[in-house]
Amino acid sequence: MSSSSRRILLLCAGMLAAGTIACVAEPGYYGYGERPTPEQIAGWDIDARGIDGVGLPPGRGNVHKGAEVYAEQCAACHGTFGEGEGRFPKLVGGAGTLRDDRPELTVGSYWPFAPTLWDYINRAMPMPAPHTLSADDVYALTAYILNLNDIVPNEFVADRESLPKVKMPNRDNFLWIDPRPDTMAKPCMNGCADPADIRIASTAEGKKLTPRTTGPLDTMQQR
Amino acid sequence: MRPDLWRSISLLSKSGADTRLGRRSLLGLGAALTGSLALGPKQAHAEPSPASPPADAPWSQSIGPGVVDRPYGRPADTEAGVIRRNVPWLTAGTESSISFSPLQDLHGIITPNGLFFERYHAGRPDVDPDQHKLMIHGLVERPLLLSMKDIVRFPSVTRIHFIECPANGGMEWRAAQLNSLQFNHGMISCAEWTGVRLSTLLEEVGIKKEAKWVMVEGADGAHMNRSLPLDKCLDDCLVVYAQNGEALRPEQGYPLRLVVPGWEGNVSIKWLRRIKLGDKPWHSREETSKYTDLMPDGTSRGFTWLIDAKSVITFPCPEKPLDRPGLYEIRGLAWTGNGKVRRVDVSTDGGVNWQSARLHEPVLSKALTKFTLPWRWDGAPALLESRVIDETGYVQPTIAQLRKQRGTNSVYHNNSIQTWQVKPDGSVFDVQLV
Ligand code: HEC
Repeated sequence: MSSSSRRILLLCAGMLAAGTIACVAEPGYYGYGERPTPEQIAGWDIDARGIDGVGLPPGRGNVHKGAEVYAEQCAACHGTFGEGEGRFPKLVGGAGTLRDDRPELTVGSYWPFAPTLWDYINRAMPMPAPHTLSADDVYALTAYILNLNDIVPNEFVADRESLPKVKMPNRDNFLWIDPRPDTMAKPCMNGCADPADIRIASTAEGKKLTPRTTGPLDTMQQR
Repeated sequence: MRPDLWRSISLLSKSGADTRLGRRSLLGLGAALTGSLALGPKQAHAEPSPASPPADAPWSQSIGPGVVDRPYGRPADTEAGVIRRNVPWLTAGTESSISFSPLQDLHGIITPNGLFFERYHAGRPDVDPDQHKLMIHGLVERPLLLSMKDIVRFPSVTRIHFIECPANGGMEWRAAQLNSLQFNHGMISCAEWTGVRLSTLLEEVGIKKEAKWVMVEGADGAHMNRSLPLDKCLDDCLVVYAQNGEALRPEQGYPLRLVVPGWEGNVSIKWLRRIKLGDKPWHSREETSKYTDLMPDGTSRGFTWLIDAKSVITFPCPEKPLDRPGLYEIRGLAWTGNGKVRRVDVSTDGGVNWQSARLHEPVLSKALTKFTLPWRWDGAPALLESRVIDETGYVQPTIAQLRKQRGTNSVYHNNSIQTWQVKPDGSVFDVQLV
């Protein structure tokens, strides 16, 4: 054992005795595993950051090309114009609805950052065959979906320079710091309300939304 | 449930091979399965059974299968209805969807591995542990690629923690909708996890001083990813390979997952393949489009990771009604992402008067805690509620208090007090009070 690792062990022991849980070792202390090669890292290092697009790869794609790829690979679920088939998510619409009783959250109305759209399509779509699109095709699809939402013009070309500059309509409406606790309930024990005020406002009884909780799985197909 | 199990039971019941089961219709069997714990004296003398005293039961008159008949055991066939279930109308398909734990049939703070709730974004991958790798890179001194064998060699820790999807109860923001404990609260489960501290792995690679955030990513088809602040990663996060003493189930991330104690389940990335350190959060789709909370004024809250304190009465509940007036034990579960549960109060009159319940050991940090309270039900209508107070003094709110702050469109983090309406016939319904 090298003198430095002995020192670390002693340090840990001292901290344990003092009741501290943290036991800080130097990098490479255990020495397990291997150093990934640059090629190995590049193969997995797929993330693109929303706020500034860091991580977006080279490549480009325009709205027209995006429409072609979209018709082939996406429209079956998300609808030709992003309107969403059945329960599949809409990718378009909902602008100005976020304060409504029934808001519609889509890429256009809700998403704060355009590079996130590239990242997500590249990461997870098309749902039946993820990670099969080229970077260019993902740029083209991103351009097309932004264009369907009237966020970029028909001539828009998406690439690592242009995407971070797209200002998404809902960008400034996120608070990224959790304000909770936001309820200040008090633990009253007796006579906490007038019993006459205790009334049922809503009940799940008879709503027919609940699957069966006995027997085989309920597909609810009959409804 | 495994469909073959159900088929074998229904066959059994049709063929009449077992007289005890054979005389019951499928429906009756369902009722028997759910009602098995609520059996009161009434049932005992309702109809003489060929297997009850004074008779010698059929299973007492023969020799059963020997050891290793079931080399990996499974529940009794009559428990076949105790399964994870889904709400088909919630999602387009089952590949990006959720299933719910049957809390009404569970008895402690540990969720059996086969009943732990599921959440997938691209279905359940079947990962080969011999080929699976964890890559740690980004703002680190020494990027690292670890095999499962490497990971298991690190100093191990074992901890009990719950994981709750923040959408648990999300269907009830506007009104009572689902008449079920399983579907209103079953996006929570709790297990004993074994693995290595994330801090151990991060110290091993060496954290560069510009690093403030950590991105974690799965090996599933969606490469599900989230950003976490470095402080939380160094505090109590675990990279685990075992759940309740055995290897993780594929449904829970086999062979490797992250457990982020006390925070929304979505960040506890399953099938963990990559950890990257950076100086800013990534704002991935799962932390912008989803897992953000829309407020009535049109603004949204992001990075709302904490699971606030919550509790629920698990007996009685819609699935487990009362049988007849008499003495019962109200049972329930409480939890908080803040640490430990300090107290749980129970009301039987819709929140006018409260009584403190008994907490059962162990009361662990960021784990489910069991509570009970004896209750003599006189057959009158009742409104049952439980309210948890955690070690920070935070008090579980009512749905009205939550709505006042957040409206009805925030989907996530509904930790409100559940009200169960008990009717004179003993049936129980999910209701919300004015
Ligand atoms: C088989 C159906 C299917 C196909 C084909 C498909 N998707 Fe999807 N898509 C989904 C589902 C389901 C989700 C929701 C997934 C989730 O929430 O985990 C989704 C989500 C998305 C979202 C995020 C929506 C939001 O508001 O959060 C985007 C963007 C998207 N898909 C783009 C695409 C693109 C581009 C293609 C074609 C390359 C595509 N999808 C093909 C089913 C599909």
